[in-house]
Amino acid sequence: MDILKLKIRDIQNLIKRKELSYMELIKEVFKRIEENKDLNAFISLFEEKAIKKAKECDKEFSEMKEVPNLLFGIPIAVKDNIAYAQERLTCASKILKDFVSPYSATAVERLEEKRAIIVGKTNLDEFAMGSSNEFSYFGPCLNPINREYVPGGSSGGSASAVGANIVPVALGSDTGGSVRQPAAFCGVCGLKPTYGRVSRFGLVAFASSLDVIGVFSKYVEDCALVLQTISGYDERDSTSANYPVPNYLPLKSNLEELKVGISKDFFFEEMDTSLIKIYEDFFKLLAKNGVRLYEVSLPTMKYGIYAYHLIATCEASSNLARYDGIRYGLNMEAKDIDEFYKKIRSEGFGKEVKRRIVLGTYGLSKGYYEEYYGIGVKARKIISQDFQRAFERVDIILAPPSPTLPFKLGEKLKDPIKMYLSDILTVPISLAGLPALSIPLKYKIDNFPISIQIIGKPFCEKEILDFAYGIEQL
Amino acid sequence: MELNNYEIIIGLEIHCQLKTKSKLFCSCPAEFEREPNINVCPVCLGFPGTLPVLNKRAIELALKLALALNCEINRKSSFARKHYFYPDLPKGYQITQYKEPLAYNGYLLIDNKKIRIRRVHLEEDSGKLIHTPKETLIDFNRAGVPLVEIVTEPDFRSPKEVTSFIEKLRTILIYLDISDADMEKGNLRCEPNISLRYNNLSSERREIKNLNSIKNVYQALEYEIEYQKNLLEKGERIERATLLWNEKERRTEIMRAKEEEEDYRYFPEPDLPSLIIDEEEILKIKEEIKELPEERKNRLIREYNLKEEFAEIIIKDKYLCDYYEDLMKLVKDKNLATNWLINEVLRVLNEKKIKINEFPLKITELATFLNLLSENKIPRGKVKEKFYQLAEKKIKIEDILKTTEIKQEKGSFTQITFSDIEKVIEEVLAQEKEVVEKYKKGKKGVIGYLIGEVVKKLEGKVDPREIREEIIKILEKD
Ligand SMILES: [Zn+2]
Repeated sequence: MDILKLKIRDIQNLIKRKELSYMELIKEVFKRIEENKDLNAFISLFEEKAIKKAKECDKEFSEMKEVPNLLFGIPIAVKDNIAYAQERLTCASKILKDFVSPYSATAVERLEEKRAIIVGKTNLDEFAMGSSNEFSYFGPCLNPINREYVPGGSSGGSASAVGANIVPVALGSDTGGSVRQPAAFCGVCGLKPTYGRVSRFGLVAFASSLDVIGVFSKYVEDCALVLQTISGYDERDSTSANYPVPNYLPLKSNLEELKVGISKDFFFEEMDTSLIKIYEDFFKLLAKNGVRLYEVSLPTMKYGIYAYHLIATCEASSNLARYDGIRYGLNMEAKDIDEFYKKIRSEGFGKEVKRRIVLGTYGLSKGYYEEYYGIGVKARKIISQDFQRAFERVDIILAPPSPTLPFKLGEKLKDPIKMYLSDILTVPISLAGLPALSIPLKYKIDNFPISIQIIGKPFCEKEILDFAYGIEQL
Repeated sequence: MELNNYEIIIGLEIHCQLKTKSKLFCSCPAEFEREPNINVCPVCLGFPGTLPVLNKRAIELALKLALALNCEINRKSSFARKHYFYPDLPKGYQITQYKEPLAYNGYLLIDNKKIRIRRVHLEEDSGKLIHTPKETLIDFNRAGVPLVEIVTEPDFRSPKEVTSFIEKLRTILIYLDISDADMEKGNLRCEPNISLRYNNLSSERREIKNLNSIKNVYQALEYEIEYQKNLLEKGERIERATLLWNEKERRTEIMRAKEEEEDYRYFPEPDLPSLIIDEEEILKIKEEIKELPEERKNRLIREYNLKEEFAEIIIKDKYLCDYYEDLMKLVKDKNLATNWLINEVLRVLNEKKIKINEFPLKITELATFLNLLSENKIPRGKVKEKFYQLAEKKIKIEDILKTTEIKQEKGSFTQITFSDIEKVIEEVLAQEKEVVEKYKKGKKGVIGYLIGEVVKKLEGKVDPREIREEIIKILEKD
């Protein structure tokens, strides 16, 4: 039996019946990591620490009748742009390659309070900027379904690790689709919560007004479990929402209860026809299962990608200004401070990051601000209003998470615009701050499962999870 | 200075450190005069993944100042990032307020002239560079300390007006306990900008930095006026620039020319929601602003019959004011005490370059001395000598009391402090509850008995008339 293919609840049942120990579970994780080394899914591993924690969990559990909570002793991987105390926080960048964080992110703290075990930090595009995980100082991460393909990005390592059955769940971050798109590429569930639902404290900022910590899992239930733990107000993040967190569990299909919106505006001309055909079949299947589908109009979706890049690059140029090599990070010899800055930032950042810093710096410059950042903010507002209007008629909206199937390594590297367009179906949701979950369907093309993106109203993660659970049962 | 054809136009930008316990966006102590880099944390060092959390006390203090400066309060204000690279700026940007400041549109009166305040806003301080011959070190203790920035309209027409404004502002800051407002220590920084108009010509405004005393502000402005005047007379253009004051050579020098001016790429701080101030908050703060210097001055004139010119002097220092008022409660001859304070005490302070709270004579001691003086208990011709000996800590007030001629006159003066008298009276009143009841029921005559009891306890060291007054005060109070 492959224990790492199981639901967390089933793993805990094995433990309860003494058929498995936390130590055996952790050992299995590191065995899987070793077997899948070629995926390059991890940047740092904490084997010793993890084993020690598993031992403690076993010892404590031996004196208990019940598992104290479902995450107790469960291995989790964390994207390497989320802080874990006393461990490296590299953001897959040379500039932070040896940086050790003195503190843990709130999300990580909350998982550790439940005694989940952080086994390692996963690969990503440098500072979460990319859609293929090829822009990593530590080399590209591979897609576990077909190793010639990219896992998507930027949370490629977390998606790959869950997809390869290395860990049952992993944390990622989503700024414009960085959880949902790699989840789709690797055939796993990927949830981007509402902006503010999960504290950003400890998540290294890329575009602060868009960044959200998200969850990867194989099962909807596991996703709900992790979300339950990491959600909620945090006084260390003034943008986190002081809004009650409902009980996501137990899940209960709501396929027949919700009004479901679908929109032509998510099906672009450039989309693969084979993909369009599959989605048509899927919507028919839903209708057959009693789901009420409504066509909604979202005419401004196509502007999303432009607004997104205006806003995200501007914010990134600001957020990355702190990496100057003075207090931490890369260090080099220089004759004066100007040369020092130049050397550190030229050497420390990769090409894609530099491209975005330059674009963002330009976009915030005197005389250009209104034309760039200002326009982005206006477009963002219009897109949000579009969603609001649609959500007056329906409870959730379905859309593909990616306009294409996974692509091969190197395929889009030479063409940044093409790479940017990978996010065309995820960024409008980010701009509106809405929650969305990407879940694989039963359809496949070339072995790659096709996924659907379930988009909800603000803070309606419960509806999304219940709907996804319904789809999972189909 | 011959300035008939000239108009001097000066505006002020003032930064002032707020007296909060912690920094503006993290919980580090806001005291920075400590061993370097001791009050730092991941937030104020700009570590990856950290976020700012706004200090509520800083908002209250800034609001206090804004209200004292007659400003309108923005019900919704917001924060922005100001970008520049400098080693003492941890995040590569400073969190400040830009488009929506905390407060705007205020004024402050100086010599009956209205100086308009354009805006008052909150921002964070940077760290500090320490240059040694070998290297440059950075101390981040100050990084993130809350500052309030005050920007005036260009309403000043002379350096004197500028220094009066700063002095008045300092008094307000100290009165309201908003800031220590010490220019030398850098917790009050003034950056005037100045331009001149001469016939049809006018200079572009030049901003002067690095002024760490009111004297420097005055001298730098005088220098600039002379400098700009000379150039304008020759018909030369004067371009916008940022200047540094060279204190040693007493001249300004260019720090940044117009074309080198930085583009700060301001944009709304996405990590902080808008700051909403409601009516209730404003009312609460208004209540906290008890008495502004202007009002206190008027009260002193009223209550103590103080001459306006004396009131002006005393009001400049809150602690001196407090000292004065406490002294007034203890002395018999208020005119004598006022004159003595203004003439002799202030002379000592000036000579020794100390503040009133460093003055060696306690209020009760000075009061005892003055009461002796008013009763001619100190030998003529020796009064000043004794006073200076006291101020020099060469003798104690007890020493004067012990001198023979005074010793014999038991009872007419006191080395017992006011609070001692009060304490004894309270004791007696507590003991003699029945007598007190009688008094309250109208038998005023019993007071004699009470006075007698107090006099006994004080061993006759205090004038019974004084005790009578005190007892009546206490009994009539409840
Ligand atoms: Zn701090």
